[in-house]
This record gives sequence, structure tokens and C-alpha cells, in this order.
Amino acid sequence: MYRIVNRKELNRTVTMLEIEAPLAARKAKAGQFIILRVDEDGERVPFTVYQTDPERGTVSIIFQVLGATTKKLNQKRTGEYISDFAGPLGIATNTAGKKRVCIIGGGVGCAIALPIARAFKANGSHVTSIIGFRSRDLIILKEEFRACSDEIHIMTDDGSYGEHGNVCMPLVKMLGAGEQFDEIMTVGPMMMMKFVVEAARPYKTPVTVSMNPIMIDGTGMCGGCRVTLNRNGERITKFACVDGPDFNGYEIDFDEAISRNRMYVDFERRAYENTCNLLRKREDE
Amino acid sequence: MSIIPKKHEMPTQSPVLRSRNFQEVALGYDEETAVSEAERCLNCKNQPCVSGCPVHISIPDFISQIKTRNYEEAYKIITKSSSLPAVCGRVCPQESQCESKCTLGVKFEPVAIGRLERYVADRHNASPQAAVEKPAPNGHKVAVIGSGPSGLTCAGDLAKNGFDVTVYEALHTAGGVLVYGIPEFRLPKTIVAKEIETLKALGVKIETNIIIGRTLTVDELFEMGFEAVFIGSGAGLPMFMGIPGESFKGVYSANEYLTRSNLMKAYLDDPVTPIMKHGKVAVVGGGNVAMDAARTALRLGAEKVYIVYRRSMEELPARKEEVEHAMEEGVEFRLLTNPVELIGFHNPDVPRDERNGFVTGMRCIKMELGEPDEKGRRKPVPIAGSEFEIAVDTVVIAIGTSPNPLIKSTTEGLEVNRRGGIIVTEDGLTSRANVYAGGDAVTGAATVISAMGAGKTAAKAIMQQFGL
Repeated sequence: MYRIVNRKELNRTVTMLEIEAPLAARKAKAGQFIILRVDEDGERVPFTVYQTDPERGTVSIIFQVLGATTKKLNQKRTGEYISDFAGPLGIATNTAGKKRVCIIGGGVGCAIALPIARAFKANGSHVTSIIGFRSRDLIILKEEFRACSDEIHIMTDDGSYGEHGNVCMPLVKMLGAGEQFDEIMTVGPMMMMKFVVEAARPYKTPVTVSMNPIMIDGTGMCGGCRVTLNRNGERITKFACVDGPDFNGYEIDFDEAISRNRMYVDFERRAYENTCNLLRKREDE
Repeated sequence: MSIIPKKHEMPTQSPVLRSRNFQEVALGYDEETAVSEAERCLNCKNQPCVSGCPVHISIPDFISQIKTRNYEEAYKIITKSSSLPAVCGRVCPQESQCESKCTLGVKFEPVAIGRLERYVADRHNASPQAAVEKPAPNGHKVAVIGSGPSGLTCAGDLAKNGFDVTVYEALHTAGGVLVYGIPEFRLPKTIVAKEIETLKALGVKIETNIIIGRTLTVDELFEMGFEAVFIGSGAGLPMFMGIPGESFKGVYSANEYLTRSNLMKAYLDDPVTPIMKHGKVAVVGGGNVAMDAARTALRLGAEKVYIVYRRSMEELPARKEEVEHAMEEGVEFRLLTNPVELIGFHNPDVPRDERNGFVTGMRCIKMELGEPDEKGRRKPVPIAGSEFEIAVDTVVIAIGTSPNPLIKSTTEGLEVNRRGGIIVTEDGLTSRANVYAGGDAVTGAATVISAMGAGKTAAKAIMQQFGL
């Protein structure tokens, strides 16, 4: 059992949990993830590490309530326990030797982008951050991003805060104006990452994407998280859990990855409704 | 007294009934059947059966105890050599091990050693037990990586000899392949749990959710005071065929399919982890894992289940009993058949059509057997122009695994072979001092009992290392 030592709602659907896991806290680095189960017989769900506190022995995650498991997780309060917490998993983001980087986060993906931005900053890189949200009330972590960025663009789809538009717009403008990045690192919805790659393609700027496919064990055993890379005319299968989650954005077959992530949409919708009904019933009692 | 020429049959659930439920197929002998089967044993002096057992159980001795109905004595004899008797009685390929050497087998059917082992273990587990006596500690600490058959065996043997043993398991439940891979109808999870409880009673500590190579490294285990480490991390990454279409939705590795059903309990009515359950399922491969996947598919409610295998029935590597069970239950064998491409649904007019990207068919080619390869197995050769298509809704690829790189890549000086398997000496010692390994992490996918044998060998070597 793993104790929740702190819980904070960042907006109406996004929550941060700080969980006691001393071994994982000593090891986890930016870009890595953990797998948890909320309760006995719960599903195994991966979450990218938001931050660690080795002294307190804690790992924090930020999640959006999207399905049955995140709904249940969001019911947990400080002082309560979740049944399993394993990690860190995956390979940490490579921040070495990059002078100028652009970090692009979308929605709750910003929770993953932030530690990566911080890691680059700590490594001496010049960091430009572009973070995008649907609207003002969904913005998270903007002060934290400001603190670790040399330049920042906050985008909203509806223009209710910051600049009006999507994350690709300032990127295209900067690249068009001759800005040279050693690397663009992007985390967020797959469709957004796909567009970031397309925006950067004419300038041949290296793009690293953090993939978030469906996973079960997270240790390489099941292959459910496989992604296909197109490399020199060959199609190569990689497992996001052990070979990733970071991949060269130009090689990823995004259409396939997007399709695979929709494998269980029907099931997920039903499970979410069932959980909501169950929680409602419990509240009534 | 004349010898009964055949083994006593194992009572089973009828194929019609069992192909739709997850309860155990083989029901086990009753007492009279067990005693009568035990009496078939000639108790021959040279005991060839023992040499056929990877963990060298004193087989004629335990069978003699069944003859005189001293079942607890029989159990004690078995557990001197095996830490998991109820498991081995069920999943060992006895026909190619102990029973293949049985003297009786020269003229008649061999003694049903596996079934007797299961009887003794089940009878023991069903009866109230005296508390296990913890051996006196010998002051030495050993870490075991992985709680599958090799790790549990190594841990059990060491604990019995007074070692302070901690087993590290990456998943949330201990048991390794016994819980994520082998289905309930072949090996009920309660039996695995029971065997693990026995080990815990011996003093073995089990730490779940710890991934060696990530959460902790082998070097850190030594820093923590462990004096030896046994790596029994299992087979690792599933292999795919490398044909077009393997990433369509509805295409699984056998590891994923079985893990969803077994470990994550997707077979329950209202599961939290989903699995594709309906329609036509094609399982590619001919090993025990393929049989497990095919029979799981039936039980999940598939309307049609195929085994697609590129060689013929004779070369099928699965246990005969599993193949027979699968056939009785209605699995259709498409032999001398090899998939060349998977076909997916594609509606060009409606990009948002939810059916897009789901597998709908498997294009195969007919094969014939050519010249024997270096192992003596006849090589399958495609017959030109023989392509045809099977309609499928789910594909499960059960063609093996390759070793997991996690431990190797984080343990300096640990040597692996060309296929990625950890290199060990006869005693299970790796290229690193005080680091031992065994099971699938060394050999690649093999059997439960051979992994147990390796765990045992390593435990013995560790004891010798400490002068015990």
C-alpha cells in the first residue's frame, strides 16, 4: 500500500497527487513514468512522473479525469492509500548537450513537459516553452513554466488567455524567423505531437515526442505499447515502455499510434459510466 | 498380480462444458484411483524416472508411500526436491521427462507420475497443516529477482537452509508466468497462492512492484547487504512476425492476451481491464503458450478459434495432452499454414469510422516440409501461389519471446549470448561474481520445471559458496 501525502486540484478535471514511494523517488528522472493500481483488482495505468522529492520519499503525478480508473483515483484523499505503485519505468529524457531547446506541452501533457523543461534548464540549455490549453480555466502550471523558461508562449484555443491559437503557431513563426533549436521536445495529445512534427519538418529541426500508448505491465513483457518507426524505408517495432517513451518524432507512425489508442473506446466509455453510477450510488447511501 | 497396462485416466470436465468456463479441466484422482495407480509402479532399483526429473524427486519412494497410504510422508519426500509440487503435478511435461524413462513404459503405459504428484500435493494442501518450522538462520542474505518458477524454487531451497531470502517482483502479484501466463483452467491461481504462502511461512520475503534494473539495480542489492543475487527474471519481450498489419487493433502478443485474461482478470463478467472477446480468433504458433491462448479464447466466448502453425502435427511443440484438450474443445488446427499479412478494416470515405484499423483477415500461404534443419526438424517451405485468406476478428501471436534487456543494460559485466540470454556456468553462475541466473532469462522460453531445475542448481551453488 502506498500513502497519498498531498492532493491538490489544479483545475476542475486535473489533480496532483504526491505519493509515498521512497525507492521510486530516489530514481525517477524527467520523462520516466510509473504504473499504479488504485485498488485490489484495479487496472494497471501508467502516469508520467511530475516531480520527485527524494528526501520526503515521494513521487508526484498529475492526471486528468478521463476514465474509470482516473475517476476512482480522483476520489482518493490525503492520508488514504492506493494498492500498487511501481517505477520508475522507461528511459529518462536525454537532455545532454542541447544549447537551445523548445518544449511544447499540450493540456495535461504540460505536467510531463514541465520536469523536462526543468531538466534542460538545469543542464544549462536555453529553454523556450510553448504550452497550450483549450481555455483559460484549464491552464495548469503556468508560473512553474515561467520560472524555468527563458521565453514562454501560453496558448489557448479560444483566446481566453495568452495568445489565441494552437501550439504550432508560435513554433512556425519562430522557425520561419530563423530561430535554430537543437531540439524540439513535445508532450501532449498524439494529434498535437503529429502536427508539431509536421510544423518542424521543413526546417529539419530534431523533434522528440513522448508517446503514451496503452500499456499493461510496463516492463516489456506484453508488447501492447508497441509503436512503429519508419526508419530508412524499414518498419521497426519498438516498445514504448522499455525503448521509450521518447522517440524521434519523424520516425513515429502517428496514424497507427492514434488508431491503436482508440482500441477500447467503447469499453472505456462504459467503464467510466459504470464507475460514475457506482460513485453516485455510494454518495446517495 | 497382473499389471494394469494403462494409466488410470484423469477425470476431466467434459469438453463441451469446460470450453465455456475457466474452471480447472483436469479434476484429479480420488484416493482409490491414486493408490491403484501407485501400485502399478514396479519400484525398480535403478530408478530411471528420477534421472528424467529436472529436480530429481525420489519418485519411487514417494509412490511407495502412496501404496501404504502415508500421504504426508509422500509429500515430505516430494518437497525435499520440489518447492512447488501442486504446480508441477499439473504443468510439467512428464511424458518427455520422468514418465518417458519409466520401466513400465517399455511394454505398457508408464506410471502416471505427474497425476500422483498432484494427488499428494492437493491432499496435503486440503488438510489442516501444522505450522511450518522455520529453519535456524545461517546469517546469509540472498536476493532473488523474479517470483516465477526459478525464483521461487531458488528462494525456497535457500530458505529451507537458513538463508534470509528476499524475492523482488516487478508486477503487483507474485508468481511470474504461473499467474500471468498459465491460465486458470490449467493451473488455478489459488494453488499458486498456496505454494507462495508456504514459502513465506519458511521466512521468504516477497517485495512486489520493484523492477530490478529500474527501481533498484543489482549493484544496489549488494550495497544493501545481499551477499548473492539470483536472476530469474523470465523470458521478456514478445516476438512478432514482422509481417504487414501486426499493429492493427485486435492483434495481440500471447503475453498480452494471456496477461489481460489471467493476471488482470479480463475473463470476469465486469472486468476493469478489457480484452477482445468475440468472433473469430486466430492464434499463430504451436507451443504450449499458443494452446493456452487458443483455449482461453474459446472460454472468453469466441465463436471460432484457429491454431495457425507452419509445420505439421508431428512437429507441433506443445504437450500432446494440451493439443488433445484443445482439439476436443473445438479449436481448429490450420497446419502447414503461415501468415504473410494481416488485413485491417479501412473505410476511405469515413475516416472517423470506429471500425477503421481493426484486423479483419489473415492472408496465409500453404507450406510443405522440406529438408531437415540443423536441429533435425523439417523446414517448412512456402508453396508458391497457394495464398488464401481467413476472416478473423482477433489475432494472437504466440511465436516466442526474446530476453528483457533491463537487467543486462544496468548490470555492468553481466555477459549475455547473441540472443540476449544471460550466460551461466553449469552451476548457474554468471560472468559477475556472486550473481547467479536461471530459467527463461538464460535459456529463452522453456518449461516451468526446467526453470525450477535451474533455480535449484543455483541454490545449491550458493550454499556451496557459503560452505553449507
